[in-house]
Amino acid sequence: MRILTVIRQVLDAEESVYVDNRAVDLKGRKLVMDTMDEYGVEEALRIRERGAEAEIVAVGIGPARIEEALRSALSMGADRAIHVETGEEVDPIALSGVVAAIANKEAAQMIFCGGQQADWDSQALGAAVAERLDWPALTWTRKLELKGNTLAGQRDAEDGVESFEVDLPAVVTTQQDLNEPRYPTLPNIMKAKKKEIRRETLESFGVALKVRNHGVEAQNRERLRQVIDGRDAAAAAAQLIAMLREKTGVIA
Amino acid sequence: MILVVVAHAGGRVSRSALGLVAAARQIGRRGPVAALVLGHGVAGVAAEIAPYVDQVLVADREDLAQYDPQVWAAAVAQIAREGEADTILVTASRSGRELSARVAVKLDAALLEDVVSVADQQGALVAERYSCLARVTERIEALSPVVVVAIKPGVFAAAEPTGAEPGEQYDVDLALPPARVRVIGKVRYATGRIALADADVVVSGGRGVGDAAGFERLIVGLADQLGAAVGASRAVVDAGWRPYSDQVGQTGKTVQPKVYIAVGISGAVQHLSGMNKSRLIVAINKDSEAPIFRVCDFGIVGNVESVVPAMIEQIAAARLSPAGS
Repeated sequence: MRILTVIRQVLDAEESVYVDNRAVDLKGRKLVMDTMDEYGVEEALRIRERGAEAEIVAVGIGPARIEEALRSALSMGADRAIHVETGEEVDPIALSGVVAAIANKEAAQMIFCGGQQADWDSQALGAAVAERLDWPALTWTRKLELKGNTLAGQRDAEDGVESFEVDLPAVVTTQQDLNEPRYPTLPNIMKAKKKEIRRETLESFGVALKVRNHGVEAQNRERLRQVIDGRDAAAAAAQLIAMLREKTGVIA
Repeated sequence: MILVVVAHAGGRVSRSALGLVAAARQIGRRGPVAALVLGHGVAGVAAEIAPYVDQVLVADREDLAQYDPQVWAAAVAQIAREGEADTILVTASRSGRELSARVAVKLDAALLEDVVSVADQQGALVAERYSCLARVTERIEALSPVVVVAIKPGVFAAAEPTGAEPGEQYDVDLALPPARVRVIGKVRYATGRIALADADVVVSGGRGVGDAAGFERLIVGLADQLGAAVGASRAVVDAGWRPYSDQVGQTGKTVQPKVYIAVGISGAVQHLSGMNKSRLIVAINKDSEAPIFRVCDFGIVGNVESVVPAMIEQIAAARLSPAGS
């Protein structure tokens, strides 16, 4: 079986966001594999460690720098990587065509994808890939187990936790509770340097963009930041209640 | 035609669906507004939405009783094609966002996902949405004539009825694929409380409330006094003190109430992305360096164990003597 894990490289969550010339300024900032994608790599590795025979292929689409994120996936234990190089911002619906084409070419049976990307704040990629392949998708999974050709587990639905079963092939999207991603060990980091990253061009996939991004603006919402000392709890509570009463009307 | 996919629960139209109708009227595209009601036993839903739209398209079928994105996307796409809809509006809930991506692929359409504004500009739909963990606003343009728009819940105020005759109802025939995901069990979140997305006030607790009992006493206690919804940080949900449905943040819910009260929450960026659009943010935390104080309007540096009970007591007392005497 072959498992694809889609890898994105995003700004580290600890980094502040600066906007320069209507774009998020990434110069000199720490970029990492999206945590959501780490859960996917980890889960693929666990499926293999529990006895399934699987080759794990990390797939990244973006500029040259995203090879660092692919290398992180290889250091965790993925077998090889595919890098589709482009400097263009490709929207998730267009991008899903690239991932689906790779899945077909690689005869993949499972695809892991982040539940929500930390740069786009988008949840569309996993579902769009599944639709292109005419596969089911298990979104927001919190528990997974592969029994033969059947994937069983739990996922967060809008109004509760669903237990599900589905026959492969399938797309799985991740979330934080799924597992605790491992740190790459030094020997594995060394090994990863020798693993293959195959480079392809976006043009070879014939992708037509669906959405054009006209740029971003920073959100400079000014907050009052009136912070008081709460050692006198009763007085602080009274001041807060008075403020809520005056400014919001949520307290009668 | 502008097709509005109507979200419903418990036989009632969801509030977000009326927001979609409002968006459909403001978007600046011509043609009738048609509501699409999918499900089983949804005659009441269809009747309820009819006064707000020009037409109601109903597919009332047993195989639509359970929500399955793959099956529902096939239904929406078929109806959009047959009705020659150029704009398909969906609520950007989690399930709605999954549906909207599938519909966009089926229709070879652009997807404007989780948008906070949308308008037709010389034939192209242009929208605004938040990205980078809701820290920037981006402006995006659909490059295809048919566009699927997933609208962030709570952004558009609910539409009023048209005032004309209720929209005529049509039953639609569908050729649907079988569901492939087998749902073998479901634990529903029980809550008699107002939903996070609908609440004017949200009281949210973090690790700083100590334990599950502290959460119940402080957060639920204060929420009860304020008629507020209860939210939680990821740490609290991970610790098992509260169900996932309470989680606010990147991987939980996004809320934008009039007042958001964060108690014992330090304010990691992932949490902030779920609540930083609240109109007024209150923070109570013992650590004066906590990042939450940098984004709050009003903050108290102090012990939550003494500040929150004092609030509960004073609000309760004020209710007993409304004159404030």
